[in-house]
This record gives sequence, C-alpha cells and structure tokens, in this order.
Amino acid sequence: MAEVGRSIPRADAGEKVTGAAAYVDDIQMPGMWHGAIVRSDIPRGRVISIELDPAFDWNRVAVAGAEDIPGKNCVAMIREDLPLIVEKEIRHAGEALLLVAAPTRELARAAVRAVRVESEALRPVLTIDEAKAAKTKIFAKDNVIHRCDIKKGDVEAALRRAEIVVEGSYETGPQEHIYIETQGMIAEWKEGGALSVVGSLQCPYYVSHALSVLMGVPEERISVRQSVVGGAFGGKEDYPSILAGYCAVLSRKCGHPVKIVYDRDEDIRVTTKRHPSRVTHRTGMKRDGTLVAMDISFELDAGAYVTLTPVVLSRGAIHCAGPYRCPNVRVRARAFATNTPPNGAFRGFGAPQAFFPLEVHMDRVAEAARLSPLQFRRKNCLKKGDTTATGQKLTESVAALRVLEEAAKRSKFDKRAKESARPCGNIKRGIGMALFMHGAGFTGSGEAKLKGKASLRLEQEGRIAILTACTEMGQGAHTVLRQIAADQLGVDADIVTLPTPDTAYVPDSGPTVASRTTMIMGVVLGKCAARIKEELFRFAAKEFGTKRDKLSFSGRYLVDGRKRIAEAGELIKAYVFKKGVHVVTDEYEMPPGLRWDDKTYRGDAYPTYSWGCDVAEVEVDMDTLEVRVRKMWLAQDMGRAINPVLAAGQIEGGTLQAHGWATMERVAMDAGLVKSDRLQTYIIPTAIDAPEMETIIIEEPYSLGPMGAKGLGELPMDGGAPAIANAIYSATGLRMCSLPITPEKLYEEWKKKEGE
Amino acid sequence: MSFEYHKPPTLGEAMGLLVMYKGKFAALAGGTDLIVQRRTAARELSGVVDLSSIEELRGIALMPQAVEIGTMETHAAIAANDAVRKHLPALAEACLTIGGAQIQNRGTIGGNVMNASPAGDTLPVLLAHGAEFLIKNLEGERWVPADKFFTGYRKTAVEEGELLARIRIPKSDSKERAAYYKIGQRSAQAISKVSMCVRARIRHGGIEWIKIALGSVGPVPVRASGTEALLKGQVLSEGLLGRARESLADEIAPIDDMRSTAQYRKFAAGGLIVRFLRSVRKTSSNHP
Amino acid sequence: MSSIIKKIFVNNTERIVDAEPQMRLLDVLRARLGLTGTKEGCGEGECGACSVLLNDAAVDSCLVLWGQLADGDRLVTVEGLGSAAHLSPLQECFVNKGGVQCGFCTPGMLIAAQALLIKNPSPTRNEISQAIAGNLCRCTGYAKIVDAIEECAARRKGKKR
Repeated sequence: MAEVGRSIPRADAGEKVTGAAAYVDDIQMPGMWHGAIVRSDIPRGRVISIELDPAFDWNRVAVAGAEDIPGKNCVAMIREDLPLIVEKEIRHAGEALLLVAAPTRELARAAVRAVRVESEALRPVLTIDEAKAAKTKIFAKDNVIHRCDIKKGDVEAALRRAEIVVEGSYETGPQEHIYIETQGMIAEWKEGGALSVVGSLQCPYYVSHALSVLMGVPEERISVRQSVVGGAFGGKEDYPSILAGYCAVLSRKCGHPVKIVYDRDEDIRVTTKRHPSRVTHRTGMKRDGTLVAMDISFELDAGAYVTLTPVVLSRGAIHCAGPYRCPNVRVRARAFATNTPPNGAFRGFGAPQAFFPLEVHMDRVAEAARLSPLQFRRKNCLKKGDTTATGQKLTESVAALRVLEEAAKRSKFDKRAKESARPCGNIKRGIGMALFMHGAGFTGSGEAKLKGKASLRLEQEGRIAILTACTEMGQGAHTVLRQIAADQLGVDADIVTLPTPDTAYVPDSGPTVASRTTMIMGVVLGKCAARIKEELFRFAAKEFGTKRDKLSFSGRYLVDGRKRIAEAGELIKAYVFKKGVHVVTDEYEMPPGLRWDDKTYRGDAYPTYSWGCDVAEVEVDMDTLEVRVRKMWLAQDMGRAINPVLAAGQIEGGTLQAHGWATMERVAMDAGLVKSDRLQTYIIPTAIDAPEMETIIIEEPYSLGPMGAKGLGELPMDGGAPAIANAIYSATGLRMCSLPITPEKLYEEWKKKEGE
Repeated sequence: MSFEYHKPPTLGEAMGLLVMYKGKFAALAGGTDLIVQRRTAARELSGVVDLSSIEELRGIALMPQAVEIGTMETHAAIAANDAVRKHLPALAEACLTIGGAQIQNRGTIGGNVMNASPAGDTLPVLLAHGAEFLIKNLEGERWVPADKFFTGYRKTAVEEGELLARIRIPKSDSKERAAYYKIGQRSAQAISKVSMCVRARIRHGGIEWIKIALGSVGPVPVRASGTEALLKGQVLSEGLLGRARESLADEIAPIDDMRSTAQYRKFAAGGLIVRFLRSVRKTSSNHP
Repeated sequence: MSSIIKKIFVNNTERIVDAEPQMRLLDVLRARLGLTGTKEGCGEGECGACSVLLNDAAVDSCLVLWGQLADGDRLVTVEGLGSAAHLSPLQECFVNKGGVQCGFCTPGMLIAAQALLIKNPSPTRNEISQAIAGNLCRCTGYAKIVDAIEECAARRKGKKR
C-alpha cells in the first residue's frame, strides 16, 4: 500500500507525548557551563568603557570579548556585516558587548549584572520615514540596504488610460515568532580542535559555515546538529548562528562546554522579527473591473544589519501583484536600515507583507468596479497560460480559480455576504476573503546555486536511512520525507529511517526554509532511490540467481514479478554485511527550461506556486468593537498532500499565526527598545481565540514535484490577515489598513467615519 | 544574602514575622503574582511568609446576610462553591476570567485583593457588592468597607505587619440582575483593559437601583456613582441607554498604556453598560 | 537558607526530596529529579508549558515554590501519564489525531487535558478549549489538540459501555 496520501503518525510523536524528547535545555554535558551576554541598552552609539566590578569574584567565571574571536568577528550570512561582539559602533539595542560564562546560570547572570558599560549615544534612525529622510546615514548614502524593481508593460501609461484608479496605503508592524521553546545552543570543543554544536536550529550548515568564519576552523572540523526543536517558523534560520558563536567563543575561553538558553524576555528583545512594512497600491482597471495596471511601492524596515533582508524583499516584491492577471505591473521595493534589532525570516518571508495590502486593496478595487470580492477575483485571477508580474508563463499546476470557488462554495460566501452587516442585536457579522499564492523553493536561480543534496544509506540493521540537513521543527518534514522515499523505493515507511541531521554525516541539503523541503528533497530522494534500487537489485540478482529486470520492492518484500523472494530488510542486511555500508548522494537540478534574470527581475521566479483562498467570518460587538473571528474556511493547494493530517496541521497552525498577526500581536517599541518582552505583553492567540477552522485540501499536482507535491509550510500565513480585515469591513464598513486590527484602532476609524 | 522562607501555622506568628521584617518580607498567598514580580525584579525581597498553613485564612461560609471567604481560598474553589454560585454569581464569573485553569488553581482572592492591581478581576465585584475586609494585626482587628479599602495605586488599607484575613460579601438580592464583563487583549489569559461589575434591581421596566463598579479605568477600582444616580428610578428606554453611555464615559478618567487607550476605555465602558441595560431590558419585558 | 526535605508522591511513587524552599517546583522536577519532560516556556505562568498535576489540579510549576508543597502532596508530570511501551489513551489520541507538532507545549497540554478529564469525563469542545486556555501552542492552531482530547473522552465513554 502506498505511504503517500496516508496520515501515518509521526515517528517522533511517541517521545514527545512521554516527555522523553530531548530539547536543548534537556541536554546536560559533564562540566557544562552557562553563558550570558552583556548587551547594549542604547540603539546607536559607541562604547567608551567596559568595567568589571571589582567586588565580584571574576576568578569564578570566564569573560570573552572581541579579542577572543580567533577568526573574523562576524556572523556570516548573506553578507559578513554583522559582528558577533561590538567593536566599533553599537547599531541596535541588545547588541553583544561582552560574553560571560560560569558554572551556573545564576552566576553567569550575576556576572553580567556586575559589568558596567559606559557608552556615548548617537542619534539613531528608528523608522522607515527617518531612514528615507536620510538626515542621519547609518547604511550607505541613503540607508537603503537593498532595492529591487519589477517592471511589466508600461504602468504609467496604463494608469493614465485606466477608467478607474484606486489608491491605498497599508502598514504592518514587526511580528515575533513566539516558538514555545526559546532559542538555545550548546557548543563543545573536542580533541584536535574539533567543534561540536547542538541546538534549536533550522539550518545546520548555516551555523557550521558561520562558525567556520568566526573561529577560523575549516567546516570539516565542525559538526552541528539539531536537538528536538520546539518550533521555529523562520526565527531559528539565521539567529542560531549568532547564539552558536557566543557559545563557541565562550567554550574556547573557559575550556568547558557552554550552553545558552534564552529566557523568554531576552529572546523577544534581541532575536529577529518579521520585517515591518509600508506598501502603497495604485491600481487601474476598466469599468468592468478588468485589471490593467498595478503600481506598487513595497518598503521594509530591515533593522540594523543585512541578515536575510535582500531575499525577504525579493520574495515580497515578487508576490506583490499576487495571483492576478495584469498586463502592466511595476513594483518598487526598498529595504531600509534602522537602528533596531535586525529583522529576519518569519513564515511567509515577505509574502504576508505583500498579501495583506494586496488583498485588502483588491476588495477596494472590486467595490469601485461594483463587483463583489468573489466576482472580482474570479474575473482577474491567474489561469494556466497567463503570465505573472515577472513575465513567467504558468504552464501547469495553477489552482487559483479552484481554491477560490471551493472556498466560496463551502463558506456560502455570496449568501453570507448578503446577510452581513445586518445587526443581530449589537452584533454585526461580516465575511471576507483573500486569494494568494506562494512560490515553492528559493527564488530564481537560488536552488541552482544551492544544489541541495540528500543521500540514501543502507543500514546494517536492514533499513534505509535518509541523510538530509533539513530539520524537523514540528512541521512534519521527517515524516513526510520518509513517506515519499518509501513510495519511491516501493517499501513500507518503517523500513525508512531519518537520523538526526548532523553536519558530520549528512550532506548540505540547503536550509529548511522557503517551503522547499518536501519538493526539493523529494525530487533528490527520487534520484537516490532509483540508483540505490539499481544497486540492490543488481546485488539481489546475483545472490538469488534471478534476472534483474523483474525485481522490485513491494512493502516488506523483495519481489520477482509477483513472487516474494526475500524480506527487504534481510536483503539490505546481507548487502551491508557483504559489501559494506552503501551511500548514494544526489543533488537538485532546476527543471530545464526555467529562465530567471537576477538583474532585470524577469522570468520564472519559482518553478511552481501553491495556491490558497481563505474566507473568514467575523462577529463584531458594535458596543465595544471587540472582534471575534468565528470561523475560517481554508482552501489550500499543495499539489499533493503527502500526509493529510500533517498538511492540515500546517494550514491550521499557520492560519492562527496569521490571525494573531491580524488581531492582537504587536511588538511595542520605544526609542529602539522592545518593550513588549513578555508573554503577558506580547499577546498570541489562546485556544479560546482560535476560530473554528474548516480545512479544505486541494491537490493540483505539479508534474516535477515528488508525487505532485509543491510547498506548504508558508502558504497558510499569507491569506489569514487580509481575509479577516476584509470580513471586518464587510461587518462594519471600516476599512482597516494597518495591523494589528485592535478595537482601539477600530474605534479611531469609527470616530473618523462618524465625523465625516 | 540568602533568601528566607517561613511557613508559620498561625496568623499571629505570621504577623509577628511581617512586623519584625517590615518591608523585607512579603506575605505569600498563591504566588501567581508575587513569584512573577520577584522574577521581573519588580519587588526586591529578602524572604517570604507563606500563609498556606494558616487554617484561619481558609473557608467559604454562608451566613444569613453574606458570604464570608477566607483570603487563602483559590479562585477555582470560589468559582466552584455552591454558595458563591447561588448568591454571588458575578464573583464566580470574575474568578473564572483570571488567567487560565492553572492560575485559578493557585491564585487566591486575598492575593488578588492585596496585589491591588488596577486590573484586578475580583475588585470591581467586591466594590459593587459593598464587600467588607477584615484586617488583623497583633493588637486586634477591624472591618474596612470596600470603598475605603483601595487607597491608591497598588495600595490598600492594610498596613505593614497586618494581614487581610477574610472578606465578607453581602449576598445578592434574589431579584437582582448582576453581570461581570471583562475586555482583554484576547479571550482568555488576559489582563483586563476594562472590567465591570454591574448589579441592578429592575421593577416594572424601571431601574429601582443600580451599582456599577469598574476596573482598569483608574489607579483603583471605581464606582460610577454619577451614572448610578442618573439611572436610578429611570425607565429602561433606548434613550436612557445612550445617556448612560455618555455619562459613564464622562465620569471615568482612564489612561493610555501598553494595553489600550483612554479613549477606547471610555468608549468600551459605555458599551458595557449598554450591554447590561439592553440585556435586562429584554428579559424584564418578559417579567414584571 | 537551608534546604527542606519533603516526602511527596511523584508519579505515584513516594519520593523524599531535598531542595531550597525558594526553588521553583519546575527546577526541582527538572534539575533535582531529572524529570525533564516538564518544560519552561516563559517562567511567568503565561504559557502553561510547565503544567503539572498537584493533587489532581493543573498548576504552573514555574509559579510554585518548593516551600509551598506539603508532605503527602501528589505530583503528576507527563512522565507519569504513560510510557513509550504503554501510552495512555490520552497520549495515543494526541499521536493519532495530529495533536503533536513541535511537541514543546505537549506535556503541559496533556496535563491540562488530564486534569479536565478527571473532573469532567464528557466535556464539550468549548469546555476543552476553556481547560487548555492556559496552555499556549504556536504550531497547531489548537484544532487537532481539541480533537485529540475529544476523541479520548469519547473512547473512555465507549469503553464504559
């Protein structure tokens, strides 16, 4: 029986429900010390002096500064601009000034408190507006960290000719991941100068590369592995390299393994957030509602360093015009430097910041054309054969219309729309929708450059191991890959194992990001499976004296045509016994015929897209303007649901994160410092806040995806917020253009409207 | 300096310790506020006096006119108590909005009152019901009424070395209507932005009397006496709802903070009184 | 201050435990007793990841000081709900219904669910949501966690007949 398409239980669920799963803070090592960080409390400035209080016994602890970094004082990511420890200029509050390690956590923290830092404050740049004005320059001449421009047709001319033009401006703030397990890492130096790191991370090879540059040690002597990861959502894509750097430097200094696990408040204050955004739309259309021009300005606040911003900006820009057919498109995208903690990856990676404005704006545009939200989208959504904003012709696996119609049908959208805003006592109901898509894999030539690798290895115990650097962080990757490989091999899933990703023995698969794992790894595993089957069957033919051509696997067995010859496990054991461990490694190749130009930003931005349509029904208490999202219908296409329960889990979890971003999550900043640094002040949804969710899995297969699968991890984040915003408009007539949509903001908008 | 932990079996010993270590020791009830404050270094403490062994501070007693609750009773126990559910339904409701189940199982009414946060969930209920607080010290004891108990931002009539032992809450009138409302940043586990306890006796479509107490709109819980006077004796008309709303918004002086704005709090408080009046109007039209 | 010895039941086994009175119960469990199944997510009673049963009631162990416990108190942690060889029906339902993703909230969720089912064997979905309102999850959206608890209650009910 095929494994793909079945909701097999995840292999790690057993250890998670018994408390046996080892997260980084559960790991103890003999002689382990604890690290702590002395941080800047101003957003921009220079360190004048760092004094160690003589009353504290500094012999009990180890202290490390920039001078203790043997390699380059930088945490290498896209650029090498982020110092591990500040040497010249403080660029954001929370930057590390000095590192401390001690035998206990309490002592390390006491040591931090015994450090007195004197610094000279410089005028900081704290907002996109201040960065744009460039009165103070903190990055290049114009504070622009990255820019990217997309041009299709002639948008200015088209806007001049357009019969209707609608403008709108939209704004979103930072969002914090609030993985329930905070960031943590342990570093240990071994004999021969080898460095071993374990921690809560998404990308082991990112960390090993960063450590190699930092410590001046070749990557072959560094092993980085994941512990069980308690949630990540992008927040553990690049930041762990910084944390690993602290641990490695301290461990080298004190001669003990060093663990750092952040308390929640420190985690919220200093780690990466979703980029705040400011987006304006100028949309032109014919009187009948056909889109003719989309002119979009897309601005992000990058924070103090480059980190992943160019890629976030890129993906955001490409998704700005969304799932619509439009002959004239211009996207001007800019990311600005500010003296705030650097922003980074968060599920969606620029796309949610593109879709909130787009989908709210499209409702506005629809209204101007006297079309319902559904009619407008039906009329203008991309279909097979259409070209996108970057000029990509969509040749297959386009599910925009399908997800739209399915979500509309299940939610009885038209009927509910008619009934909306009719007050039932003091409660008004409203219904809203959002149509969206998400490109799978790295943008443009990204995957070609990465050449993500995976291996299959025959194991002594008679199983086949998948060797991948792609991590399990709760999303179910390790289960899904086993199902895919099992079907590619023809065996039962429990013959396939997936050992903990450790750079010591897995190849560089590329990072666990960009909704790429299932699709990219699945394709590579297919190539490995074909080759390893070939090797095994050749061996079997000799062993059993049969012809090679009718051999295959069927579940637990090796079969010749229909006849069972041996147990698959026994065959593998025999192979390893006689010939030794056998590993087949392969790498991803871009599908032929895809073209992308990094300079003009034109061409096939992604091999394929996953599509989604969310419908949200809200109830607004008009006495208090409290909003309750009662139910959401989520029609989402991932090509093929490898494991339907896990797929639904991604859809539901991502949707609730979008709901939180839309209605309650707000990073309160004051003069460059994060003030909402506790779970009491940074609010995420509880079980009571969660709407009823009806998950509708749509499968529009992609011929070059494993069993038709595309990406799924981030898609659910893209549509929830605008669907809710549009539902609130439907209920109240209040058009909310900035997130979060709180009752306070609704009240201000309502007052303004009453005043008119 | 090492931290001292004391768990005396009697009230007298507890007070003795608090007197001796004035300002340095804190009284520990359930711990759900104190332990958080100690962690965020909001409070510098040399030690605690754990009150959980003192029998005298426990018990929920149904008296002829009132329900008396020992200050060490947990929110969960109070919400589940038959006498409270029957005679003080608004208190039971308020207790169920504090944190989640885990907090309700440890947090105490005494702790909630003594913490005296402007957002304390039981405070408006106690104020609206005219509760009385029994304060004990080494010399004796005294009862303080609710409207004199909360003396300022996070301050109560309980002085150093004294302990709050019991809370006496007059039973609801069997014919009264009461409600507790809380608006937070989310539906559970939230610090209130505005909270309200309102009680009223409705007769023949009119308000015989009404008591309105609010939390989170000032440094201490407040009675909206102006709005109460406005509504007393009035017929429940649509116009009255609008006037009540305006009066309440004018009467309170909330602030802007991380959770909400003064403007919204005024608006929402008005919304809550309208919600209450509308609900009693609907059902009173069915009953005389 | 010197430590206090208490005789308590941990997962049905009597233990004699010695710890400083101001030590958090969470740390006593994780560091002194080696029961690392109970997690710290926030340290201030907001996330519920540290939930344990104390005399059948769910509490945040990060907000309980060792000194507050009394001799004879009964603690149940996630380790006491079942083992790898014998998962409890509740644990099985979490596994089978997709109620586990990253797993970090799972021990606390199981404890909150267990506390609910002890008191209320046939909860409605709304009562389930209320019972886990003090347990934050960032991965699942809660839907499949509620499904799992509902399924467990239904199974137990089915067994009784």
